[in-house]
Amino acid sequence: MPSFIYILLTRPFITAVKGSKRVAALFLALSLSACATQSGDASLYQSLGEEAGIKNIVARLIYEIGDDPVIRPYFEETDLDRFHEKLSEQICEVSGGPCEYSGDSMVDVHTKMNVSESDFNRLVDLLITAMNHYKIPHPVQNQLLARLTPMRKDIIYK
Amino acid sequence: MAINRQYRTVISIIILCSLTSLAQAGEGKLLATPGVTQVEGSGGGGIVPWATLAGYASRDEQAVSAFATRVSVDDYRLDVWGAAINLYDRAEISFAHQNFYLKRSSAEIRQDIAGLKFRIAGDLVYSTWPQLSVGFQHKMLEDDAIANAVGAKNTNSGTDFYLVASKLHLGAIGGYNALWSLAGRATKANQLGLLGFGGDEEDGYSFQAEASAAILLSRQWAVGMEYRQKPDNLSFAEEQDWIDIFIAYLPNKHINVTLAHADLGDIAGADDQNGTYLSITGYLW
Ligand code: HEM
Repeated sequence: MPSFIYILLTRPFITAVKGSKRVAALFLALSLSACATQSGDASLYQSLGEEAGIKNIVARLIYEIGDDPVIRPYFEETDLDRFHEKLSEQICEVSGGPCEYSGDSMVDVHTKMNVSESDFNRLVDLLITAMNHYKIPHPVQNQLLARLTPMRKDIIYK
Repeated sequence: MAINRQYRTVISIIILCSLTSLAQAGEGKLLATPGVTQVEGSGGGGIVPWATLAGYASRDEQAVSAFATRVSVDDYRLDVWGAAINLYDRAEISFAHQNFYLKRSSAEIRQDIAGLKFRIAGDLVYSTWPQLSVGFQHKMLEDDAIANAVGAKNTNSGTDFYLVASKLHLGAIGGYNALWSLAGRATKANQLGLLGFGGDEEDGYSFQAEASAAILLSRQWAVGMEYRQKPDNLSFAEEQDWIDIFIAYLPNKHINVTLAHADLGDIAGADDQNGTYLSITGYLW
């Protein structure tokens, strides 16, 4: 077979393989970056402003709770210093920061409160308000919410 | 006559807006998560129903909403208004009145639609699996002359049944919330039922797929696309699938506005019907 025909026939194949390698590399990069956004990586923790940023957000959340006629009654007898410490710790942990949550289990804490679905969402809205106050970017807010909301089933209607 | 109707639309929108600002709405859901109102009166996107129920009611609340929609394409205009009740995030009862105008001849076709939807399982935002609902839309055609002329088998009424799954993924795409919804509909309706039900080519139920995908750019703004497969029962003209690209503004839990570009394909022999979709939903309580 004349070599030019051989080249003609194989070149598209070679380019295709090269192309698919590039595609594979892209996929690898994408899946790595997808892994990187999973819990355990510290980038969400950093985006929240690390320990100081998280403590500010939780302090602001407590301020918002104090201002809210529906949520405030839940916290009437709460030790707010402890709540601030434990919730900050928990957010630090789920966002990939160097903390370990030392509070009680979500079920134990929220049992007998009978938190309704709509009050849960109301508290989510207060957390969003608190994050807005510190100009936490919308995508960062969503990533934190995505890590906290799986706990909902242990919190509502207990 | 026509002016009269325009006035009525304007007045009902004004009443709607003032009511929504006065009354207290069931607000137990996160902003934007119930979606908007689709063209047959069910809670959903713009042209397809979602598994979410109209309004912000949680399982302990009720909600009532009202909406007005105008779709204006090259040769036709569709005006729709209606209302929906959400009972405890379990059942949605809806009513819609459609006015379909043929721009060239000033003929019109009117239709009423009563809808019922039940949430079977899941929560759009919080459950691992999608929210799943079933529903039906019972369509009662008021003006049957055109349906008769184009060869529809039934020119009185027809009922669509659908099963729909919807899911919102928090922070899924670069940190933005993403929503998808997929529905299967069994229907005999020609062009929503405005051209009657069943025809000379196909008289039975056929199965149609419907889909929406959206990204929430912020708490208040969403953009997305929808697709609705259509039956093709009549030999006199081909009925084509619908597509739209939308942007929705949901400033609070009382009101939202959706603007879309709709491509409705060929309708009753008029080619390539493109145009604008504008819809407003108000949540009364
Ligand atoms: C994803 C959502 C939530 C998370 C992650 C969360 C987390 C926490 C944490 C870490 C604590 C401190 C636990 C400890 O002291 O050991 C706490 C306490 C508390 N939470 Fe939640 N919570 C959530 C939702 C809610 C909601 C919706 C309500 C009520 C509307 C609520 C009411 C309370 C109250 C009243 C306390 C203080 C309990 C006490 O006084 O001992 N929480 N929560």
